[in-house]
Amino acid sequence: MSVLHLSKAVYDAIRAHGEETYPHECCGALLGQSTPDGWRINLSVKAGNTRTDSAHNRYQISPGELVRIEREARKQGLSIGGFYHSHPDHPAQWSSTDLAEAHWLGCSYVITAVAQGKAILTNSFLLAGETEEDRRFELETIEVTE
Amino acid sequence: MTIYIPTPLRPFAAGNDTVEVTAATVAGALDQLTQAHPDLRKHLFTSEGKVRAFVNLYLNDEDVRYLPAKEETAISPNDTLSIIPSIAGGTS
Repeated sequence: MSVLHLSKAVYDAIRAHGEETYPHECCGALLGQSTPDGWRINLSVKAGNTRTDSAHNRYQISPGELVRIEREARKQGLSIGGFYHSHPDHPAQWSSTDLAEAHWLGCSYVITAVAQGKAILTNSFLLAGETEEDRRFELETIEVTE
Repeated sequence: MTIYIPTPLRPFAAGNDTVEVTAATVAGALDQLTQAHPDLRKHLFTSEGKVRAFVNLYLNDEDVRYLPAKEETAISPNDTLSIIPSIAGGTS
């Protein structure tokens, strides 16, 4: 099982973001460095959810915002290593929608279940595979470091 | 011009996060990119040769889909092209 290393600040920030936007889904990017030991994430960036038509059960980050996030990451010597979003009143498990819309192979997709406004569980799934056709989510261990 | 390669496509571009190409149009730049790194082709294009729906191309700050000439838009050496796969999802 692969490991996603999150700083305590990032772990707390993404859970707080899910509580902040409840009952809507939050979303954002995870910036860090790829190591043989897995992604080491030391910065999270909040993004706007463009799915205002169905924000309680859908999220989407505008590509223009992604371009700006990636540009800032490069300036800091970091890469986009994954993304996070919340599942309001829904388990911290990937859904068929999540997989259908996932295209960042080798990156982590972090999901926080938020129940009645409180973040209860955060899981991470690596988008594994070599191509669009064989991509799949694999549960990974989250290691939180101070 | 400089093409920015997103994290998931770097393994198919010899690990590079940027690739320099010299071309006259966006389409020409993509052609040079995939000639230099053929493994990228199946990630960027459908079997019919069209850019995959989830692949966003930004010429500087402009979405290429919304430029009048789209991928035939002329480029200059100082332009940048960002390749950004889409991000979306949700419950159910």
